Amino acid sequence: MSSVTAPPEQISLRAQGSVARRQALSRASRYLLFVAPLVGVGVLVILMINTLRTGLPVLDWQFLTSYPSRLPEQAGLRSSLIGTAFVLVTTIILSIPVAIGSAVFLEEFAPRGRFTNLVRLNIANLAGVPSIIYGILGLTVFVRGFEIQGVTVFPALGTTILAGSLTLALMILPMTIIAAVEAIRQVPPSIRDGSLALGATRLQTIRYHILPGAQPGIMTGTILAISRAAGETAALIMIGAFAFIAFDNKSVNDDFTTVPIQIYNWTTRPQTAFQQNAAAGIIVLMVMVLTLNLIAVLIRERYRRK
Amino acid sequence: MSSGTLKRPGEFAVITFLWICGAVSLITTVLIIVILFTETIDFFREVSLGAFFLETQWQALIPGTESFGVWELVAGTANVVLWSMVFALPFGLGAAIYLSEYAHPRTRSILKPILEVLAAVPTVVYAFFALTVVTEQVLRPLFGDENVPIFNSLSASLMLAVMVLPTIASVSEDAMSNVPRELREGAYGLGATRLEVAFKVVFPAALSGIIAAVLLAIARVIGETMIVAVAAGSTPNLTLLPLESIQTMTGYMLQVALGDAARGTINYTSLFAVASTLFVFTFTINVIASFIVSRFREAYE
Repeated sequence: MSSVTAPPEQISLRAQGSVARRQALSRASRYLLFVAPLVGVGVLVILMINTLRTGLPVLDWQFLTSYPSRLPEQAGLRSSLIGTAFVLVTTIILSIPVAIGSAVFLEEFAPRGRFTNLVRLNIANLAGVPSIIYGILGLTVFVRGFEIQGVTVFPALGTTILAGSLTLALMILPMTIIAAVEAIRQVPPSIRDGSLALGATRLQTIRYHILPGAQPGIMTGTILAISRAAGETAALIMIGAFAFIAFDNKSVNDDFTTVPIQIYNWTTRPQTAFQQNAAAGIIVLMVMVLTLNLIAVLIRERYRRK
Repeated sequence: MSSGTLKRPGEFAVITFLWICGAVSLITTVLIIVILFTETIDFFREVSLGAFFLETQWQALIPGTESFGVWELVAGTANVVLWSMVFALPFGLGAAIYLSEYAHPRTRSILKPILEVLAAVPTVVYAFFALTVVTEQVLRPLFGDENVPIFNSLSASLMLAVMVLPTIASVSEDAMSNVPRELREGAYGLGATRLEVAFKVVFPAALSGIIAAVLLAIARVIGETMIVAVAAGSTPNLTLLPLESIQTMTGYMLQVALGDAARGTINYTSLFAVASTLFVFTFTINVIASFIVSRFREAYE
């Protein structure tokens, strides 16, 4: 525009007027928007630093190895750590075979059609059901027993580790199945075809080629699901796991408590000393959950590079 | 089809096991619906539909003066949905636009997993933060002790917003990344800046996916229990104001669970009536969201 009157040596490629304003706005937006993904993480970091300051003075060997107590200085995580370990191991044993079985069924065996579509849609919807609803399911079916017309369909287990694990297993099943289905889909069809062409049965193909190929993806999904189960509180309180446990769990038929339940218990007490215990418990829980997530990310990254 | 390739005797058992696995998720859904609705029917034998849906006061757990107007609990849930979205939407969508339109692929591959950590934090941890840090150290010094009750909806909403940030950011980012490059290049060719391309071309083109992301986030907020039960209070309150003590549907359910209501009592069945209401809300929102996602995928593939 102005270049018509300006001598040639003064021609500038720099935009002027409204174009310059628009470009400046666009350049500024880069920095403004860069802040957006950092805000949430920043908030978490600030909160965790705060928690470390409150909790670390309490967090020692005695805290990890003491039973809960009415006196905050003597209370500890012993029974909840043992309970968490029991619940997680039982949940893994109950859910992983079923999750992998479901995924193999959906990808390799299910007849293409309305039934399979219904199962797929249903799994996607189950993944969105709130955990407290799974808690109600666990309370009514596993804890109190389920009968239809006087016939016992499922025996009453009480608020035991087994009932809690069954509840959590159902809760993490949808996300584990979805992860396993994705992992099986990543296995190239040529591997499946080659195995079948050489005379392997479909089950041999699945066992020796598809499952090994899908293993990293299945493991990543499983570890993330376990990390969710490790932090779950609402579903377990719903089934009644809010007892005072001052003994070491020996079997899956014991009453139990877990680390997040213990944190909740301490959080709701008014005394500051219990709040410190809650902060110390949060440090332990966050170390557990972040370690599991880190392992999952590492497996995924290592697998991706191949 | 599969039976033709059977060679080993054990294979039949394995295939049967696989069919059972496939059925487990269906059985779970059927059980959830059967359990919720049979006990809810018991509830409505004692409380009329009108008293549940038309009354506006929820006063359970106090014998003699029970009143079961569910809207007070629904209002509590709506309150935290409203305020959590006020904070989560700008940052979640901002993060999605940055990751999809501005970030270098390497920056994105670092930022995304870090953002995902927010979804991995157990909600009881957020609950502790909301009560002890947000209310005590942020809201009270900011607005004055007398204006901020110890249990308030805003502290819970702020932590719920942090919790759902990754949901909003990553689902919207997927939607924006799926917008065809030709649309962007056309806009650049006409002289649009990066900011204009992001907001005037990519954002509208990905709008259905973005709406789905927001709906999924809302469903998660509605179903979240620990944060609201610990930080938002336990007083049903028909208000959308942020600095009030309220009770959500999930908050009431947890309160009943802690009180150990006996089977067959009105408090026990009211738990299922509220749970059914909650289930209908989250189920409907999730179905709408997955419908939108599947429709928008078809449009570009």
